[in-house]
Amino acid sequence: MMRGGWFKVYTIAYLIFLYAPIALLPIFAFNDATVIAFPLTGGTTKWFAKLWEEPELHRALKNSLIIAVSSSLMATALGIFASRASTRYSFPGKAGIMGMIMLPLVLPEIILAVAILTVLLGLGVPLSLFTVILGHVLVCTPFSIAILSAAFQSLDRSLEEAAYDLGETPASTFRLIILPLVMPGIISSLLITFTISLDEFIMAFFLAGNENTLPVYILGQFRFPQNVPVIMALGTILVCLSVALLATAEYFRRRGIAKTGGKDTGGFL
Amino acid sequence: MPQSTRWGRFRESEAASGLAMISPTAIYATLLLAAPLVTIFLYSFWTDGYLTIIREFTLDNYITAWSNPAFRAVMLRSLFVSLAVTATTVILAFPVAYFVSFFVEPSKKSLWLFLITIPFWTSYLIRIFLWKVILGYNGVINSSLLSMGIISEPIQSINYSVGAVITALAHAYAPFAILPIFVALEKIDRSLLEAGRDLGESPVMTFIRVTLPLSMAGVISSVLIVFIPTIGDYVTPLLLGGPEGRMVANLIDLNFKKLDNYPMGSAIAISAMAIVVAISLLFLFVNRRFLKGAK
Repeated sequence: MMRGGWFKVYTIAYLIFLYAPIALLPIFAFNDATVIAFPLTGGTTKWFAKLWEEPELHRALKNSLIIAVSSSLMATALGIFASRASTRYSFPGKAGIMGMIMLPLVLPEIILAVAILTVLLGLGVPLSLFTVILGHVLVCTPFSIAILSAAFQSLDRSLEEAAYDLGETPASTFRLIILPLVMPGIISSLLITFTISLDEFIMAFFLAGNENTLPVYILGQFRFPQNVPVIMALGTILVCLSVALLATAEYFRRRGIAKTGGKDTGGFL
Repeated sequence: MPQSTRWGRFRESEAASGLAMISPTAIYATLLLAAPLVTIFLYSFWTDGYLTIIREFTLDNYITAWSNPAFRAVMLRSLFVSLAVTATTVILAFPVAYFVSFFVEPSKKSLWLFLITIPFWTSYLIRIFLWKVILGYNGVINSSLLSMGIISEPIQSINYSVGAVITALAHAYAPFAILPIFVALEKIDRSLLEAGRDLGESPVMTFIRVTLPLSMAGVISSVLIVFIPTIGDYVTPLLLGGPEGRMVANLIDLNFKKLDNYPMGSAIAISAMAIVVAISLLFLFVNRRFLKGAK
């Protein structure tokens, strides 16, 4: 295990690198200087208090929540169809169709955003929260499929056949047998896609028109150095929220795989 | 149907059910992904007529873009940044994936992967901004070096530079690189490694001759999954690149938003995508022997 020891040291150093920027967030959120730099000047909670006095921020937050809830519901619904189809059936053109659906995972988002923008303006569709939702669903669906495929993959086919033999229809089998078994995967997918949508910037930047979402608002505030400490406070809250959501998602993902008797291969992707 | 056997009917119905099941998602992706990509492809051959789009086939956008030295500089810089980020990320990620796959108890593996993925999902914009705090003029690095007396003036070169962009992007894409390599390492039959050792290979040679070739499929996916999206990153060059660090996404943004020239913006987007796809295909071709047999 000596070799493992060195790899462990390296991995822990790597994790420190991964967490270093996030670790700075609370430090500056509670520091009372307006300038984001060392040395620290003293503790304060005034930046958090200021969050309550920013009507523009509240509007952006409300928009982001509307978008994230709608996008996560739609992306998960589309994810259920695609992952069920790809794990249960074989059909012509499957690889090509799945490839197209999963493409947003690797394609630069800016290209997707300007392409959708071009079509929307060409058709005369006004930009709104709805157009952001359209873009977010496209980005979130591949992540939903990645999570749900693991849940559907580990389903035992004989359970379904038993239900058919006992006289259930495909629809009632899906509702009574399959849905409860993959439910943890669905919850996990909802939480992850919600987190992605809440944090997504490029689509919102191009497709929101005059509306703001939380990330668009945050980028705007970076132009005013005096507003940055408030953003650090906001960021601290958002990171805590995301970690809580992700930990819950991870709990459900694991429970789902355990429930259907699958082997945990780890990770969301 | 010449022969309507039960098997034939079953096959028929399975294909039909599968297609019906996938159709909502497939139609959505066609409308919101395939159709828009085709649209900007067409736009790239048209001309901007201020209030209308002149729909006549022309290569002018491409000629104008490619003959402009500023465009070529931005494109080359984007490629350089993307390649540097990919190389850094994948090389740094491999030992992490190796550690989690080979040295962590099976029951603890998903916990480690969870720890690795968390930063990836949290406040992308703020994370990029925090790199500015770390690398900036009064940043963490400069102020600690100053207070320790190692330097007498803040180092300017780490602030607003291509290096800062590469650091922040390598940080942002780390989990994307680790996970595919991890999955490939997990699939390696451990008895092959024992066989290598039994036949007298040293641990290093076993790694080079068995583990590395068998994990190449994962390394290749990592390379592509990092390389393709990084070239289109918008926020990092905007916040960290400074005027000399702009990348192709900033140029696309400029044409679509400020200049309102959709055909030119489309031509730049399509050019960037074509270059990325060409490099990716070349990379796959060079490494084709590792992908044989792997699904």
